[in-house]
Amino acid sequence: MSAGVDLDVVSADFGSFRAVDRVTVHIKPGEFFSFLGPSGCGKTTILRMISGFIRPSEGKISIGGQDMRDIRPNQRPTALIFQNLALFPLMPVWENIAFGLEVRGVDKKARRAKAEELLRLVDLPGAADKAIGQLSGGQKQRVAIARALAVEPKVMLLDEPLSALDLKLRQHMRAELRAIQKRTNVTFIYITHDQGEALAMSDRVGVMSQGRLQQVAIPQEIYNNPTNGFVASFVGENNVFSGKIGTMNGKGAEFETGAGTFKALLGPGVTASTNSKLYLRPEHARLVASPTNGENAIPVEIADVAFEGNFISIQARDAGGKILVAEARNDVRAAVPAPGEKMHLVFDPDRAIILADAGPVPDIDVVA
Amino acid sequence: MNDLLARYGAALTALFAALTAFWLLALVVLPDLYLFENSFRPYLPLADMGGPKDFYSLNNYLTFFRSPIHIQVFVWTIVYSSVVTVLCFVIAYPLAYYLAKVARSNVVPTLFLLLLIPLWVSEVLRAFAWFIILALKGPLNFALLGIGIVDQPIRWMTGFRSVVIGLVYTYVLFMLFPLYNAIQSLDTNQIEAAEDLGSPWWRTHWRVILPHAKPGIASGSVMVFMLSAGSILVPTLLASTNSRWFTEIIQQWMFESQDWNTGSAYAFLLLLLCTVFVSVVMRLFRVKLSDIAK
Repeated sequence: MSAGVDLDVVSADFGSFRAVDRVTVHIKPGEFFSFLGPSGCGKTTILRMISGFIRPSEGKISIGGQDMRDIRPNQRPTALIFQNLALFPLMPVWENIAFGLEVRGVDKKARRAKAEELLRLVDLPGAADKAIGQLSGGQKQRVAIARALAVEPKVMLLDEPLSALDLKLRQHMRAELRAIQKRTNVTFIYITHDQGEALAMSDRVGVMSQGRLQQVAIPQEIYNNPTNGFVASFVGENNVFSGKIGTMNGKGAEFETGAGTFKALLGPGVTASTNSKLYLRPEHARLVASPTNGENAIPVEIADVAFEGNFISIQARDAGGKILVAEARNDVRAAVPAPGEKMHLVFDPDRAIILADAGPVPDIDVVA
Repeated sequence: MNDLLARYGAALTALFAALTAFWLLALVVLPDLYLFENSFRPYLPLADMGGPKDFYSLNNYLTFFRSPIHIQVFVWTIVYSSVVTVLCFVIAYPLAYYLAKVARSNVVPTLFLLLLIPLWVSEVLRAFAWFIILALKGPLNFALLGIGIVDQPIRWMTGFRSVVIGLVYTYVLFMLFPLYNAIQSLDTNQIEAAEDLGSPWWRTHWRVILPHAKPGIASGSVMVFMLSAGSILVPTLLASTNSRWFTEIIQQWMFESQDWNTGSAYAFLLLLLCTVFVSVVMRLFRVKLSDIAK
């Protein structure tokens, strides 16, 4: 059982500060949806509004089509996993997991059985009688998930639950969470500031900045076709060029920068008068000895070469002293440029994009 | 200690240590030891002191166990001190919860100030104030009659009623502060997690907040109980003819009979028996001494 969550023009004000600004998004039943954004962007406030701990100042939140206006957190079909997990340290593991059932008047034997079953689901059998303090970080994580699943929520809300774990465990838990979501088919709403996490786990991602939803799309869309400068620079790396738009031709335009004039694609809603910048991903930049005629090219001197294993990251300095980054796959047959070498950084016009700085609030009801 | 040495040098450090030692040994330990020693000796005229009649015995302590009235007074003292402790908890817990988790953090200092202001008035005056408030024709009865809750004035100053009221008023803050500290140290997320899992407010208190606050409840209760059982002022001023507090008996031995020896024995008995009582209660509620010290 899972339910969709609909936010219609939802805002949250704290005094004169608007933490969430007119957010509209429709999350589908069984979807893994992430809100991605820097700290203070309002994503946690959204989560707390869905769980019922904060009342929206404006707008409507529905879960499974039902308006949640006057429904208290303990009556909502949601379960929240807190950033610090908030396990009850004075109860053993199984009582933690069964707490929601205890509240619902389930008898002790059935509670215990359900707790054991959930412990197997989260791959932690035999931990029922342990104290919370005896568990490792990853185990606590699993207990928190089991505790939330025990109440059979229609919507699971997760507030950066992986942020306290070390890198290796975090990556492991990502896959685990995703697997549990698929197995239970519960709607997951996930809050994170980690773009890797959001892109790797989600069916769709909503990128937020300053209380506003900047873009809602599937992960590939977010990365490949960001709607504005904020999304482009927050998700993944970019070489950014300031300048202004020159001649426009259909979907593309010439962009005049201090390093030269380049042909590039126009981002959504960008016109000649929009304040905009040119964005180029490192993996779309190549280094060549001499460019072909008419190609986007910047003469550079190689500054530093970092070998990352599967790829090589090359820092190059242009005539104005600006550092540009290019990434090349580690192809053992190709020569790796050496620092000090004079080369040209080239890129295809359909790989660079001109994006508005602070775009208009984009059409947020995009269907994946 | 090394910190002190580094900061103030040897001479000042020695002075601090000496002053502390003087306070502790000469002003705290020595008088107690003197009374303790005396409690084993008989009450004698000056001439017989140090003579053949002056020997150590448990006679002063046995006086208590041979006196049913004194035992009865002791039992009532324990019972009503327990009542005071429970009442203090009932009053202080909601208040502590409100201050720790509900009140906005910018008004909490003001609320604490309001709670502390009555402490600026001396304990004697506060007890007298209750004496007036509780009088048969006093303001409390006047108000109750005025609202129409009662149609006969209530005789408050009978039995242990007024003593209990006075003690609760005097010591309730000793319950409030440990409770406040304990509840405040609870992660608010835990309260929200319980609510999120569907828990009604009373179950959240019962399963999450109260267990967490247990050390605070224990230390507050021990303090209120010991202070109440050892209180002399409030019982003297607010007691009626049919209520006597154990401390009043100690006072009678010492000041009316001039028998400091038996008085000392009674005082140590009070300390010892209260400690035993508190230990038993702590054992019943599964509280460890180390929890309280936290």
